[in-house]
Amino acid sequence: MFQILLTHYPYYLSTVLIVIGVWGMLAKHNLMKKVIGMNIFQTAIILLFISSSVKFGATVPTVDTGLGSANAAFYVNPLPHVLMLTAIVVMVATNGVAFAILLLIYRRYRTLDEEEILRRMRE
Amino acid sequence: MKWLALSIMCLFGAFLFYVEVDMPEYGDPEAAANLHVSPYYIHESFQETGTPNIVTAILADYRAYDTLGETIVIFTAGLACLLLLGRSKRDDSKVQGPHR
Amino acid sequence: MIAKYKDLIVSLACRLMAPFVFLFGLYVTMFGHYGPGGGFQGGTIMASGVILMRLSLGRQATIKKFPLEFGPIVGAIGLLIYAGTGLVSLLAGGEYLDYAYLPIPSTSGTERQYLGILFVEVGVALGVFGVLLSIFDSLTKE
Repeated sequence: MFQILLTHYPYYLSTVLIVIGVWGMLAKHNLMKKVIGMNIFQTAIILLFISSSVKFGATVPTVDTGLGSANAAFYVNPLPHVLMLTAIVVMVATNGVAFAILLLIYRRYRTLDEEEILRRMRE
Repeated sequence: MKWLALSIMCLFGAFLFYVEVDMPEYGDPEAAANLHVSPYYIHESFQETGTPNIVTAILADYRAYDTLGETIVIFTAGLACLLLLGRSKRDDSKVQGPHR
Repeated sequence: MIAKYKDLIVSLACRLMAPFVFLFGLYVTMFGHYGPGGGFQGGTIMASGVILMRLSLGRQATIKKFPLEFGPIVGAIGLLIYAGTGLVSLLAGGEYLDYAYLPIPSTSGTERQYLGILFVEVGVALGVFGVLLSIFDSLTKE
């Protein structure tokens, strides 16, 4: 049990961050705090993917003239890095659209609290 | 509402912990994610493209079509932001009030 | 409307640093072949240099250098460069985005791939720079 925790510790820490992020999206009433919870969730997913690409004793995935490109155990797996590069920029774009929608809601209802907005919508 | 959310998240977290026991060890060179396509990229990318950086070669040469889709996604997000909020005018101090 | 930042030390320090941040963004884009970097990273750093200038000097002073229509136009030009490279390969006889068929004279096989990657990365950097600048300009509109 403790042995499994020692050899798998990055995955467990990323899972704790995922749970914190999704709980923030569900349980908080302020709309800005929900957006921050979404940010924490996306960052934890990126951390989980990058930590699954590590090999002990390997270097960055740039071909070094001294090491050559014959042995694949000298370089870290490059595929999760490629996928997460575009995920980071998509994160920024999603935040931009979320803030635009929050601005419009604030200009119309003058508050950012979820229950207060629902109450003012019914009037 | 908060207690319901907390209990759902605890169940979700416990389920994820139980499933992650089967993942490969941290830092294992023989893990399944490191075996099928990625040794081909590490061996062949410098001879075929002349670029030392393997990540850039994969992103812009082997998987260039996916990068085109991602750039279209980012451009669409910027376009949606522009449509929601409107472009800024050149001189904001001359905004007229409604005419009577 | 963003006004000039009132503190003297912060305003002066940002005014000194912003051109170097923009230059570093260009360096990261162009040296993506040899070290960490490339289109997405360089475009974000370039956008953060211009946003630093807008935050510290105020909007009226920076409109002369980076006008308000800059964001969407540069983003669209970047995306056109990317799609246009693929279209040129298609018209020259190969598949879409196949860099071996680019009509650049006096180059060998791997040099064409190198140049194709360079064009595509410049297109991605301009696209990301334009989109981030336009999002910032819309969010701080009035």
